[in-house]
Order: sequence, then C-alpha cells, then structure tokens
Amino acid sequence: MIVMKDVYKKYSNGVVASNGINIEISRGEFVYVVGPSGAGKSTFIKMMYREETPTSGDIFIDGVNLATLKRRKVPYLRRRIGVVFQDFKLLPKLNVYENVAFALEVIEETPARIRKKVTDVLELVGLAQKARMFPNELSGGEQQRVAIARSIVNVPQLVIADEPTGNLDPETSYEIMNIFERINARGTTIVMATHNKEIVNTMKHRVIAVEGGLIARDELGGAYGYEV
Amino acid sequence: MKFRTFSRHLSGSFKSLGRNAWMTFASVSAVTVTLLLVGVFIVIMMNLNKIADNIENDVEIKVIVDLAANDKAIAKLEKEIQETKGIQDLEFSSNEQELSKMIKGFGDELGLYKQDNPLRHAFYLKAADPHQTAEIAKKIETYEYTYEVIYGEGKVEKLFGFLNSGRNVGLGLIIALLFTAMFLISNTIRVTINARRNEIEIMKLVGATNNFVRIPFILEGIWLGILGALLPMILLTVAYFNLYDIIEPKIEGELFKLLEVTPFIYQLNALILGLGIFIGIWGSFMSVRKFLKV
Ligand SMILES: Nc1ncnc2c1ncn2[C@@H]1O[C@H](COP(=O)(O)OP(=O)(O)OP(=O)(O)O)[C@@H](O)[C@H]1O
Ligand SMILES: [Mg+2]
Repeated sequence: MIVMKDVYKKYSNGVVASNGINIEISRGEFVYVVGPSGAGKSTFIKMMYREETPTSGDIFIDGVNLATLKRRKVPYLRRRIGVVFQDFKLLPKLNVYENVAFALEVIEETPARIRKKVTDVLELVGLAQKARMFPNELSGGEQQRVAIARSIVNVPQLVIADEPTGNLDPETSYEIMNIFERINARGTTIVMATHNKEIVNTMKHRVIAVEGGLIARDELGGAYGYEV
Repeated sequence: MKFRTFSRHLSGSFKSLGRNAWMTFASVSAVTVTLLLVGVFIVIMMNLNKIADNIENDVEIKVIVDLAANDKAIAKLEKEIQETKGIQDLEFSSNEQELSKMIKGFGDELGLYKQDNPLRHAFYLKAADPHQTAEIAKKIETYEYTYEVIYGEGKVEKLFGFLNSGRNVGLGLIIALLFTAMFLISNTIRVTINARRNEIEIMKLVGATNNFVRIPFILEGIWLGILGALLPMILLTVAYFNLYDIIEPKIEGELFKLLEVTPFIYQLNALILGLGIFIGIWGSFMSVRKFLKV
C-alpha cells in the first residue's frame, strides 16, 4: 500500500525533516507514528498525501510514484486517501450533514449518491441524530467524528490522521479510537501520528518511531516507548 | 463541467461580490474609469485616423516646370513623370490655366493680365500610396526642367506626427490604467480567497481539481470586468450618437467626416466589453495563481 525508499526532505529554510526513510506499510494495517515533537512525524505523513514532496527518494501509494505524479493528477490521489487533523478543520457555516457532503460535492458526485453515502457514514460514526447541528453546537469529540466521517465518506483505502485525539480528553479519545478501529476492521489502512501513550500501549498495533527524521524503531504490537 | 457544478460556482461568485461590497465597488470603478478613457481615446483616435486618411488621400503634388523648357522638354518631363513608380492622376496645366485658376481664387485685384503671365506650366499628380508622397516628390525633383516640386507643405507630416505622439501618450496612459484596474481586481479576489481559505484547504484535501477550485474566482473576475464595462458602454454610445447628430452637420467639407455610427459603435462596445472581461480574468488569474498555488 505505502512504500518509501530513501526519502529525504529538506524544507526551504534548511531544516531536514526526513533523513533517509525506508518503510513499507501493507494494505489493512493500523500503524502508529510516534516520536518527540519536531521529529518529523507530520512531514512523514504529509508526504503520503502529497501535501509535501520529498527532496529526493520515492514514495509509492498503491504502486503510483508520488515523486513523478503530475500535479494535475494529485486531486485523484487525494480522493483515495482520507485525512484527519487535530483541529478538525470543519466549516463553521455548514451543518454536520453539509460538512460531510461538501467532500463529495467538490468532486462532483451525484446528489443521489451524496445523500446515500453521507447518511450511511453519519450512521457509522454515530451522528445520525445530529446531522442538522452546526460545529459550534458540538463537543470536541463530536466535531472530530464529523471530520472522520468526511474523511471516509468516499470510502478511501487509506486514512491518515495527524494527532486526531490531540485536543480531546481521555474518554473521548477512546471513543474516537474505536471509530478508527471500526474503519480498520473494514479493511482500510490507517496511519496515525500520535502523542497518546495510553492509547498506543493499550490498543496494540504496529508502532513506527521517528526521531530526527529517521525511523528509530518499527515493531508490530509495540509500545509508545517515551516518557510523557 | 457539470451544469450543477457550474450553477454552484455561479451563485458562489455572485455572493462574494456582495460580501466584499467595498472592494467590488473599488475595482468596478477602476475598470469603469479605465474603459471610459479607453473608449474616448478610441473614438478620438479612430476619427482622427479617418480624417488623416481623407486628408492624406487628397495630397496633391505640384511640379512646376522651368521657364527654359520648350514643348519637347515638357513632353519628355511628362513622360518621365508618367513612368515614375507609384503615381496616379497626372494632369498638365499650362501657365494660362494656372493664371485663370489664380484669378478665380483671388479675383482680378492682383492686376494680373493674361498677356503678361508671370506663371509657369505645371503638372499635378498624386501618390498612389499617400505615405510615399514625399519620396515621389523628391524623385521628381531630380528630373530635368523641374523648377520646383510642392506638396502638402508639411501638413501631412505634421498631422501624422501629431497622431503618432498622441497615440503613444494615450497608449501609455491606457496601459498604466489597465494595470491599475487588474491590480485592484486581483486584490478584491484575494480578499475572497482569504475569506474562503479554510474552504479551499478542505477542497484540495478531499481531491477537488484545480479548475474546480479556480473557477469561482475567475467568474468573480469576469463579473467585475463586465460590471465595469456597463457604464462606459452606455455613456459612449449615447455620447457618440449625440456627437454624430449634433456636431456632424455643423462640420463643413468632405475631409472632416466622422465615422458612421454603425458599425463603429457596435465594434466599440464589443471591444470595451471584451477588454473588461479580459481585465477581470487576468486580474483574478494573478491572485489565484499567487494565493491558491493550485
Ligand atoms: N513547512 C515547513 N517549513 C519549514 N520547516 C518545517 C515545516 N514543517 C515542519 N518543519 C520543520 O521540520 C521539522 C519536523 O516537523 P514536523 O512537523 O514533521 O514534526 P512533528 O514530529 O510532527 O512534530 P509535532 O509532534 O510537534 O507535531 C521541525 O523542525 C519543523 O520545524
Ligand atoms: Mg506534527
């Protein structure tokens, strides 16, 4: 599903955020990306959906090399990848339903299919009852569920999440994690950067530790491994 | 693009015009002023051009024949002139004909008497291409038995010089104005882009194509251009009709004719509208490229 070969990333200000990364992630895997602040986790993740491009090296998503992918083709790559952020990135003027539907409208899906897909996904994340509410009327956990619903409404094979529980209290974090588990159980690959020690240590999955732009550790069912 | 998408963009672009009412007003005014000046400039230049054309087509070259020339020499000179490339309408006028012309022009007060004719024989001709008047005159001057070659007395050159410098100053001014208008439009659209920054970020994240992201802003630019073109189109049309109806009958002489209202006014309006749309598209392209990085 994801293959990185000798990926090196130097930002224009001279910071080297990836210093020769080699990794392979298979279809259906659930992967935590951990490491100290500034280690290069977000950069690692951003290169997967081509928010950033590597300075050198190759990144393959489903066999497509992002290093040589034409800019014009990038939107079609993104349609197969769901992305979730710490700050949700919802549109405040749209209600829950509209926020999720927005992701399908802008890729010109037909109204009938939008209705069906949005209704289904809101059911999946448990927000069917709150479809007409606006983001500022929702709790943090509910807002994150809307964001997750939006990321998976087009049924991507890969979901990338950058600290999706970073703004949430422990209990809500577990609720959100359960949703990710459910998505993963349907066969969707999940790559999640996180600082959440409890979750990594209790909901066991593959752990990739990034330090100084390098893969420092890569264990199946590994532990968080850092003191918080 | 699907119709549904297009109508979505359409209504979106209208909404944002209203949202930034002041910016919209500023850029529409800039386009209005620019296009109004462009239009006035075009009306003036096109009409001056026409008048210049009329005048230059009318420029006659007069070749005055030396007194020493006998009939044979005159015939030879006529043949030489006749064979000069690019001339037309060659006519001979004897010194007697010249005198009667002069008497007709000034009356007999000058006391000129036919028996005591001080005038010389002359040839009249025109250059087929008026721009070559000077060149042809110079050439004929080198022929034997020409006393003097006279044409337009520098009027044509002066008119053309004036037209050219007027055109250059006008063009410079207009280009500066066009850039100002484009700059204002791109600023207006940048405000819209900023206001919709989050929306755009999400669009790109979920895989909207660059065109999908770009089109609403291009549409907004087009509206700004069209709105800016409306007033100049109306004003210039009304003004030209009046100019033609009121001023035209008062101008005498065949040379000073204004351009007919049709098709000139249609061409002018099409040009102004096209220019407005062009300014709008270009202005929005500048900001879209810079701020969207699509
Ligand atoms: N757009 C950018 N331009 C320049 N430097 C950047 C940019 N983004 C990140 N960096 C730098 O690259 C390094 C890695 O940043 P990155 O965001 O990948 O770290 P991270 O592991 O996600 O950190 P955190 O845990 O705090 O989110 C940092 O030193 C950061 O300052
Ligand atoms: Mg980060």
